[in-house]
Amino acid sequence: MTSPNITSTDSMRHVVIPVAAVLAVLGIALSSSGYVVTLIGFAAIYGVFCTGLNFFMGYTGQASFGQNAFAALGGYGSAILTANYYWDPVLALLVSMVLSGVIAAAVGYPTLRLRGHYLAMATFALGLITYEISIEWNSLTQGYMGLSGIPPLGIGKYELVSEKHQLVVLTLVMLVGVWVSVRLRDSRFGRALRAIAGSEAAANALGINVARYKLAAFVVAAVYASVAGSLFAHFVGFISPEVFGASMVILSFTMLYLGGVGTTWGPIIGALIVSLLPEVLRGLKEMQDVVYSVVLIAILIFAPRGLSGLSVLFPRKQTGQTKQAEKNA
Amino acid sequence: MTVLSVKDVTVRFGGLVANDAISFDVSEGMLAAVIGPNGAGKTTLFNVISGAMAPTSGTVRFNGEVITGLPQYEVSQKGLVRTYQLVQLFKDLSVRANIMTGFHRVTKGGVLAALLRPRWFKEQEARIAARTEELLDFVGLRAVADMEADKLPYGQQRLLEVARALAAEPRLLLLDEPAAGLNMQETAALADVIQRVNSQGVAVVLVEHDMQLVMQIAQKIVVIDFGRKIAEGDPAQIKAHPEVIAAYLGGTEGLDD
Repeated sequence: MTSPNITSTDSMRHVVIPVAAVLAVLGIALSSSGYVVTLIGFAAIYGVFCTGLNFFMGYTGQASFGQNAFAALGGYGSAILTANYYWDPVLALLVSMVLSGVIAAAVGYPTLRLRGHYLAMATFALGLITYEISIEWNSLTQGYMGLSGIPPLGIGKYELVSEKHQLVVLTLVMLVGVWVSVRLRDSRFGRALRAIAGSEAAANALGINVARYKLAAFVVAAVYASVAGSLFAHFVGFISPEVFGASMVILSFTMLYLGGVGTTWGPIIGALIVSLLPEVLRGLKEMQDVVYSVVLIAILIFAPRGLSGLSVLFPRKQTGQTKQAEKNA
Repeated sequence: MTVLSVKDVTVRFGGLVANDAISFDVSEGMLAAVIGPNGAGKTTLFNVISGAMAPTSGTVRFNGEVITGLPQYEVSQKGLVRTYQLVQLFKDLSVRANIMTGFHRVTKGGVLAALLRPRWFKEQEARIAARTEELLDFVGLRAVADMEADKLPYGQQRLLEVARALAAEPRLLLLDEPAAGLNMQETAALADVIQRVNSQGVAVVLVEHDMQLVMQIAQKIVVIDFGRKIAEGDPAQIKAHPEVIAAYLGGTEGLDD
């Protein structure tokens, strides 16, 4: 994708095949029972979340253990605005998005001066603080009880009452999310982010304002997380602090690294597999967790760049130039 | 006209004086070199000039403007672009993508432009792509353009770093030990590139150990030892300078070998 001349085989590999796969999964889900629909719906929501996280952790190469905070903001924002104040879900989602972006900018400005472990710890604290707030601010969030009665997605009078309708919308939102991420990646903005991941010293030397671009990546990731949170609230109709707890961080990290951090479709592949794997293994009863762990470890050993990295196994048509180059090297 | 003016730059690390009141000028289009034995304070001086480090006292002017104390990215944005002693490439990106990243300074557009892609954005991307191909040819890396930067042999990595810096269209290019670790052929290829860059009107300052390279291409040489400037002049003057000979070789041999 770095090549300016995108050949037809490239667009096959990067667009046509993955989108076809997503639609195939959607098709399978739509012709299955309600439970599969729910699972694939969760996978799509996590796909949105991880695509955003990938901006910060993949392209920009920074660690954030606190992106669940913004999913909580989106989820509670949508829940409160639609269930208590009868806002339109789309409007509530957009307002929560903006709010999350603004808060991410305000929180990120001081936090992103930290690096490495310190940044990871500070962002982790951000998630914990948000969790505590969602428990303690009873009048707004109803604490551990959670908020229920959240209407499904819809515009005006049109509500997506059936889960399958919602799944179609979730999948579309996810695909738009991926499309946006590709557009942002293949631009001056995206190149600046990848420069920071590659070498902050070099980025500086090329005139890239490292602090500003890190903050921008953090805000983008927060906006994606917020959308994921809002979608979750509408899809399930109920949220509680636990939904956006530390387990969300662990789950999303697993998805990101399993699928391939820093790749376009890796977060989506990871989200799908990590969502489905426990269900596939359910028949194994008490061995379930063991096999789950073994599968994860095996994938990380044999595909250290994530499952999307395995696409190199499929032969790519080489130009004479690259072959020559490899010989010279 | 003077592009770079270093005036009384002093850097102290606690009791250690790494740079002691160093002053020199570089005129427009000049190819200058800073040399000195290991630990003389060359890299510290370089870090001060490029904005990576603030001096204890003294000023650095670029195009007449004081740049001391500015963050490094702002110094770079003004057109003073540096490379590093240890190559700082974007390892996972292709050679071509590395160069494309270099255009940051001379292009514009953020998130919104990337999302909406107005016509100027597409034209800019097309210009970047075309210029990238030119630069690939300029440093002779076209054949390896699609390879990951990390997989290049060291000499080509150096050339790539120079090409990426050139993408930023510098007015002054600072090269920190560009020939370190290169064999003779690679050094020759690099010297050729540096001279061609300079002949296009870009001023170049290099810090270098490779005496042969410096004597061959530099028009002006600044010699520092123990943090002090001990000599300044053209290659012939430097070769004959007694203090330089003493600093480098203990005063027993000439610099020609």
